Amino acid sequence: MTFQGYRRPDGQAGIRNYILVMPTVICANQVATGIAEGLPAVAIPHVYGCSFDGRDNAALEYTLIGVGRNPNVAAVLVVTLGCETASGEKVVAGIAESGKPVARVDIQEEGGTLRAIARGRELVEGFAREIEGLRPKPVPVEELILAVECGASDAFSGLSANPAVGAAADLLVEAGGTVILSETSEIIGAEQVLARRCVDAETRERLLNIVEQQESAFRSFEEHAGGVYIAPGNIAGGLTTLEEKSLGCIRKGGTTPVREVVAFGERPSRRGLVVMDTPGHDVASMIGMVAGGAQVICFTTGRGTPTGCPVAPVIKVCSNTETSRHMADNIDLDAGTILSGEESIEDVGRRIFERVLAVANGERTCSELLGHAEFMIGRRREIGICPRG
Amino acid sequence: MKRAIRIDPHDNVATAVEAVAPDEEVRISGSGEEITLAAREAVPRGHKVALAALRAGDHVVKYGEVIGRMTAEARPGDCVHIHNMEAIRGRRRSA
Repeated sequence: MTFQGYRRPDGQAGIRNYILVMPTVICANQVATGIAEGLPAVAIPHVYGCSFDGRDNAALEYTLIGVGRNPNVAAVLVVTLGCETASGEKVVAGIAESGKPVARVDIQEEGGTLRAIARGRELVEGFAREIEGLRPKPVPVEELILAVECGASDAFSGLSANPAVGAAADLLVEAGGTVILSETSEIIGAEQVLARRCVDAETRERLLNIVEQQESAFRSFEEHAGGVYIAPGNIAGGLTTLEEKSLGCIRKGGTTPVREVVAFGERPSRRGLVVMDTPGHDVASMIGMVAGGAQVICFTTGRGTPTGCPVAPVIKVCSNTETSRHMADNIDLDAGTILSGEESIEDVGRRIFERVLAVANGERTCSELLGHAEFMIGRRREIGICPRG
Repeated sequence: MKRAIRIDPHDNVATAVEAVAPDEEVRISGSGEEITLAAREAVPRGHKVALAALRAGDHVVKYGEVIGRMTAEARPGDCVHIHNMEAIRGRRRSA
């Protein structure tokens, strides 16, 4: 089994040829957006990059390097202001290690917004000419890394969309590929189910450790109304406890053994099912998984959410037919047929697996067509243990 | 007849696929034995209905695993949600 991929200088295979325009600080956002406008490039404006906390800077640099090295990215333009605490040089050097084209524009050096945009656009146009000749070649499906994610879940997510994505994850693992399951806060209460499936004691210990760290972080938070860590929308939809949400969430990882537990943004060293320690926010979690090399994302939702990813196609799988119709422009696949009894979990799982391969071969998803490219990084607990930072 | 899904045969609650009115019959399917029970109160779409008599302190089981404990009693056909059950895990210190 193969997909059509682009082989990068470091040997990884991508399924898209993104040119990424990456600001290192909020002050460079407008210039980065101006550079990408109307060109075949994607900008990732964000709010980070100037902090006197060394760990914050390291976390941003680490995440930007990981995202820049994602194999779906063909070339990167880093946009710096010039006086921020995060280091643009470090980011450029980290991405350059992969051998892909990377350049930097500095706003203070260029002399203002207009000159920096003009210079940036020249560089992006140069990248575009450089990658024009790239042609995809068959790549073994073993090299595919599928990230599974959920957001705006409802009480049906755990009954239809998540188990169906899990069935697709099982098919990919069976074919030799890799699946990343994440969101540590949504493993709380379900960790014993995953712990039983860990391949060795070290993996099991690491899994229980990240869950314990997350739970103790929760215990130290200030209390306000509720005393439970699920969103008001989850409760309105019928989910009552974090355990209930977690047990539904982990279903999207499928049923195969857990081969490895990796840190936020860390590239898995084993194939098969891998758990990544990421925040419970879907956008930050997706960024962690693409920084770790995932080329494609399956994202389940119940209430519906439009979010995408700047460097990977996101396939939205909806738990129910009502939301699939109501937010049709955001939903790629309806798993509500499981609730109505029209299809089995396995039937929908096969459809999802086929869609993953079609998307790997170039088919565009709703999030890509609508231009969704949200970017956010993890909070300190997750980033604090980053291996490259 | 309304439908609710029992995802694991060991579960003592099922999830209503559509809104159920008081006294309406609900067909429980998905896994385990298919049964029919009468809802004792309204169960909104996506919310849980008790399949057995539950007392305060009893574990609530879904996916074959413990999802929390009862804080009040429920009879078969009652709605089970934040008014009569609570989380055991992932709570704030003072909660």
